[in-house]
Amino acid sequence: MRAAACALIVAVLACGACEREQRRYTELPAAADRSTSVRLTTLQPGMPQAQPPEQSPYQYNAYGIAEGKRLYNAYNCSGCHAMAGGGAIGPALIDDKWIYGSAPDQIFSTIKQGRPDGMPSFGGHIPDQQIWQLVAYVESMAGLVSQDAAPGRNDDQMAKKPEARKEDTRPKQTGHR
Amino acid sequence: MGDVIQSVLAPAGIQAARIAHLWWVMFWVCTVVFILVVGAMAIAVTRGRRGASDAGHRVLSRNVAIATAASIAALLVLLTHSVVTGRALETLKTPDALRIQITGYQWWWDVEYLNPQPSLRAVTANEIHIPVGRPVGLTLLSSDVIHSLWIPNLHGKIDLIPGRVNEMWIQADRPGVYRGQCAEFCGLQHAKMAITIVAEPPDQFEGWVAHQREPAPPPTLPSQQRGLDIVERGPCAMCHTIAGTTAGGRTAPDLTHIASRSTLAAGTVPNTRGYLAGWIVDPQHVKPGNKMPPLALSSSDLQALLDYLETLK
Repeated sequence: MRAAACALIVAVLACGACEREQRRYTELPAAADRSTSVRLTTLQPGMPQAQPPEQSPYQYNAYGIAEGKRLYNAYNCSGCHAMAGGGAIGPALIDDKWIYGSAPDQIFSTIKQGRPDGMPSFGGHIPDQQIWQLVAYVESMAGLVSQDAAPGRNDDQMAKKPEARKEDTRPKQTGHR
Repeated sequence: MGDVIQSVLAPAGIQAARIAHLWWVMFWVCTVVFILVVGAMAIAVTRGRRGASDAGHRVLSRNVAIATAASIAALLVLLTHSVVTGRALETLKTPDALRIQITGYQWWWDVEYLNPQPSLRAVTANEIHIPVGRPVGLTLLSSDVIHSLWIPNLHGKIDLIPGRVNEMWIQADRPGVYRGQCAEFCGLQHAKMAITIVAEPPDQFEGWVAHQREPAPPPTLPSQQRGLDIVERGPCAMCHTIAGTTAGGRTAPDLTHIASRSTLAAGTVPNTRGYLAGWIVDPQHVKPGNKMPPLALSSSDLQALLDYLETLK
């Protein structure tokens, strides 16, 4: 009985520390500040700079991913990549093909700097915080974030399943189409 | 903020007056019933039970009959008043009414003055002006969750439901500034989702709405021009519209005449230069959880932006 009570208390405490439900409205972890552009080499004069994060700070955060889902439509990503992410004049985001890489920092650069042949640069127009939310959401569309943090429902009527029910797609680099 | 208290018992229009009348009828009927019931109970307690005689039985059954008849009469009075009020609330519908479309967003109100002629439409947010003495038909929509519009001095509540079109008919009979608010819990900042209703004489209203149709005036001073550059090339244009410029975002309140409104962030803070600066730099402090992201602007950029926004009368 006591063991069960202890286990319950530990479980409740573990939930309290849950990253999933935290809502960070203002601050972003300092490490997430990636205002400098993507670096093509590690060579540099002087002491090396702090490494930018390789993961989106919202990867395990349900609120951040849900905000990304809202922004995906608000900033008209859906205009080219389609509402359900199946692709139209822009490439599909729900499949396993990644022209410019599936790593979070690569997706970040894709959104912030733009890519040749159509992807506009959103740097300077969207705060970094929201770009990271979009990165987490784009990952969730391909099933690359944990299921308990991915959105479990669609706000609008659409044919696709919510992201939480997306099977993991093993990313493969395809190069330019 | 208004010059009138926000209360259903201070009606400023025919609809609210009908509802207030119904409320007072219910209040007095219930007061009389309450006094009678408590009085009858007090008599029963003090006088006690007096033998089960034939006379006693007759008195008892007579009293029960009277009480039953009185209850039915009171219910009929209330029911009649309720039906009459409900029907009367529908009588304001007229084809020549002013039509306004209000769309609820988390957590602000998008306002569009409808007109069969598209060039005569006007878009604003969080503040509506209406002419005194003319029926106004509000078309109520929602973009995300269920909201409810409640302007206690003018009418009862009507919900704004996603995927559904609701209507509300109001008329202000006295000029004044009335406050409305969201009356259906719609998320974190539900409490800070207010709307200002300014009822003014018809000629004054026509002047106001004609001005709201105008695009934003072009900037005249260099600092204002710099502010406009920040709006168009920076983050503002991603969500906000300023008619007459290239800023055409449609997910946030229209800013074409932001300086003519009395409040910011749906009635959260007064619209002054200081509050506007605070709202732009740190909106999550003023209204945590709202959809406006904090913007990293240098202080000179911020001042230029404020210089420009203040011209949007």
